Amino acid sequence: MSERKFRYVGTRPIRHDGMDKVTGRANFGADFTLAGLLVGKVLRSPHAHARIRSIDTSRAAALPGVHAVATSADLPEQEHGPGVDMHDLTRNILAREKVLYDGHAVAAVAAISDRIASEALALIDVDYEVLPPVLSVDEAIRPDAVLLDESLRCEGPDPKPAGPTNVAARLQIGRGDVAKGFAEADEIVEREFTTQAVHQGYIEPHAVAARTGADGQSVVWCCTQGHFAVRSYSARLLGLDVSQIKVIPSEIGGGFGGKTTVYLEPLAILLSRKAGRPVKMVMTRAEVFRASGPAGGTRIRLKVGVTRAGRITAADATLLYEAGAFKGSAVMAGVMCMFAPYDVANVRLEGFDILVNKPKGAAYRAPGAPMAAFASETVLDELARRIGMDPIELRLRNAVREGSQAVYGPKLKAVGFVECLEAARNHPHYKAPLGPNQGRGVAAGFWFNGNLQSSAQVSLNEDGTATVVSGCPDIGGSRTSLAIMAAEELGIPVERVRPVVADTETVGYNDVTGGSRVTFATGTAVIEAARDVVRQLRERAAALWGIDVAHVKWEDGRALSQNGVTQEPLGIADITRKAAQTGGPILGRSSWMAKGNGPSFAVHIGDVELDPETGRVVVKRYTAVQDAGRAIHPSYVEGQLQGGVAQGVGWALNEAYLYDAQGHMQNAGFLDYRMPVASDLPMIDTVIVEVPNPHHPYGVRGVGETPIVPPLATVANALHDASGVRMCDLPMSPPAVLEALESRR
Amino acid sequence: MAEVFFSSGLQAHTGGATRATVEASNVRELIDALDQRFPGLGRHLRSRMAVAIDGEIIQEPLLERLGASSEVHFLPPIGGGS
Amino acid sequence: MAKLHVTTEINGESAEFLCEPHQTLLSALRDDLQLTGVKEGCSTGDCGACSVILDGRLVCSCLVLAAEVDGASLLTVEGLARGGRLHPLQQKFLEHAALQCGVCTPGILVAAKALLDRNPDPSEEQARYALAGNLCRCTGYDKIIRAVLDAAAELRGAAR
Repeated sequence: MSERKFRYVGTRPIRHDGMDKVTGRANFGADFTLAGLLVGKVLRSPHAHARIRSIDTSRAAALPGVHAVATSADLPEQEHGPGVDMHDLTRNILAREKVLYDGHAVAAVAAISDRIASEALALIDVDYEVLPPVLSVDEAIRPDAVLLDESLRCEGPDPKPAGPTNVAARLQIGRGDVAKGFAEADEIVEREFTTQAVHQGYIEPHAVAARTGADGQSVVWCCTQGHFAVRSYSARLLGLDVSQIKVIPSEIGGGFGGKTTVYLEPLAILLSRKAGRPVKMVMTRAEVFRASGPAGGTRIRLKVGVTRAGRITAADATLLYEAGAFKGSAVMAGVMCMFAPYDVANVRLEGFDILVNKPKGAAYRAPGAPMAAFASETVLDELARRIGMDPIELRLRNAVREGSQAVYGPKLKAVGFVECLEAARNHPHYKAPLGPNQGRGVAAGFWFNGNLQSSAQVSLNEDGTATVVSGCPDIGGSRTSLAIMAAEELGIPVERVRPVVADTETVGYNDVTGGSRVTFATGTAVIEAARDVVRQLRERAAALWGIDVAHVKWEDGRALSQNGVTQEPLGIADITRKAAQTGGPILGRSSWMAKGNGPSFAVHIGDVELDPETGRVVVKRYTAVQDAGRAIHPSYVEGQLQGGVAQGVGWALNEAYLYDAQGHMQNAGFLDYRMPVASDLPMIDTVIVEVPNPHHPYGVRGVGETPIVPPLATVANALHDASGVRMCDLPMSPPAVLEALESRR
Repeated sequence: MAEVFFSSGLQAHTGGATRATVEASNVRELIDALDQRFPGLGRHLRSRMAVAIDGEIIQEPLLERLGASSEVHFLPPIGGGS
Repeated sequence: MAKLHVTTEINGESAEFLCEPHQTLLSALRDDLQLTGVKEGCSTGDCGACSVILDGRLVCSCLVLAAEVDGASLLTVEGLARGGRLHPLQQKFLEHAALQCGVCTPGILVAAKALLDRNPDPSEEQARYALAGNLCRCTGYDKIIRAVLDAAAELRGAAR
């Protein structure tokens, strides 16, 4: 890609929604109110596993002030199918034959007040046949395990369980001959790792308000990463046409993948239809933990061999991932990411998707990859020490580059892993001195980055400003990045571009904000739409001047004539003021099924300090190096790196779902589900490497997910450096670290 | 013309074959041709797989055109994604 | 039970409302006064998204009963800007990109205001501990701390 000189790309304008967000004016999911609003609440299972013998809602329905009651009897049955399995999803929204986790939705009510809705829930009689819960992958795969779904059969290649099982799928990728590879190795490390279920931890609970008119048209306001997905899932779950539902996305207070599915939205629509009044539903924090979608716990067995010269000769891994109550963990992505940064000839990677009596898992930032990288990057650290090689050097000797055949199959295009490794090695952090009880760790990470569908339109206003309309909720500053790209094409300042995230009726289809795809896929659509507009501006200028459009150049926001006859340049306002005379409104559009979002590699360096008396580990210094392809707005790229690091540090040190023996979550609140606070972290330094992605007009590649992948091993490797103790079970909380230190003595 | 590579997960359905050369102008034709050669394989390829064509991962690949000599890998779909 | 009548001062202006005895200040602000800058993140005082300053003290409004503020004075995020001019904290948050999703921002701005009101020259560590009651899941706190320290410097400069 030629080195284009950008005017606005790479600058740091203030975001367009910033004023609203620092003044409290921005409307998030729970900030909507309507006349006649009813409060909706959900009755949730107190049991982790039970058969539902009967549900009697008659006493609740009879309570004065209750306007609607709903159970799964109000939803049509759904078939199993590819993609999002509606048979599973409808059962997660409202349980049918069984409840499968503590907090599983069983019924919903809409009433005139919070208090009456709560009373109504208490009047719903559910007859449960309590069953023993299955609370870990180890329990789930035992031959005598209690089964969550008798009809489930394991998909995938043999060897796999035949007949009824909790194992939903077996997956495998690989190449070469691992036995031969291990025979060639001088050092082999074999270890087993466990991680616990963790939550995305968004500060804003799920919230929705729905209103249905007598004509059967529903309007929904909700916080979501994908309002088109809310519309289509709700329509299918309720047996409606998508055109009967309009979804307006509010500002969203965090998602990280956890808001790409539906929980309350179909219920709010259903209740508003039954009641004939608008219904608002907001999850409590406890409900968010118990009944939305964490990333499940894992057990990973890994064996890797290297030569003394630092070549990885073989890798063999088995990944067991908790899917939760219904199939669909991210084990396949974990399998595919695990050795993606390395050129390993002999690999065998298998994964198992396993049901347990915990909430149905949802995506969490690079789903499946952080746990896999925790295992692989820890083992590589250990192997580097065994052969006496610098850990970055070991990675350089095996790093994939352009043309490498990725372990998961395809040949890689331009990628920046080597550049990131070198930038990390050359960073002053890498050589900085360490104090007592301090240690340094290094780890790498990878994420594919998604594509999916995007639509955008660009329209011009009489005052020479432009409006950019797209349909991907803004979770990290993307609307300003889109404005920057449009500004670059149109040649006008970013402040003169108004970016808008439109609802399902006012913009073409857009897939979810997720997969680190928006700046790439929606960005490309915006650029194409802006280029379409520029073509039209040139045609209109040509018409106004009476010359051939081939002699009109668009530069710095103005049309210039190049046929030798001097003309006063025309700005956008000059042209739009005369739009009616030259053909009508100027509007550009673009839509596509995106392809070509390049993978993003990262290398992290972390220093920790251990308090050997308490086992407390504190991160003292952290540097995240990542390939962004092209940073459209560097502050927001830095923000993604820093945010992902913070989540990874929390995952490594403190965060975990804790259960009692009956399967009740014990720490369903922010006090005991301990996420990092400001005093837990140092400044997080970032280095943005730019190896442009040839498939984006400016070289953009997704960045949002990769940052959470390296920190688990970075912190674990740093702790090992500080203490000599190799932690293979997360979280590395003070009691766990103390126990490890003790058992070493 | 396409060179198709089978990961070890798919080799159970190809009798152990790791690759195949097939005449096809798009992915739908490719799958039909592979199903002819390895009966039963087509169902697995159509059900849950994404496809990488010349290094590009394509999620709705059926009508995707293949070049004169494309390299094709069938991948299980990457779940969730955010 | 009859509702209680509360008279209070919010952001420098007199306000009155009726509330249930068990109603939280958070609920009264959001539902009765349409001051939706305060957010409900947890309702147990653990996330700080509902932070307000009550008679000069930083509190979680989810842990205060609405009835308790009768006769008291409150500052919410809506009261930071004066006459259309942003408070330096708000301006620095924008310049430093100290917000991503923005839902924690009102609470953090109020908490930062409370910090700078009592300590105009905080160290990085002091700022971090002062904000330890405000969860942010998006930013990793780096740009937030930089923005707070930068705003503190500007306010000290303006005070000279």
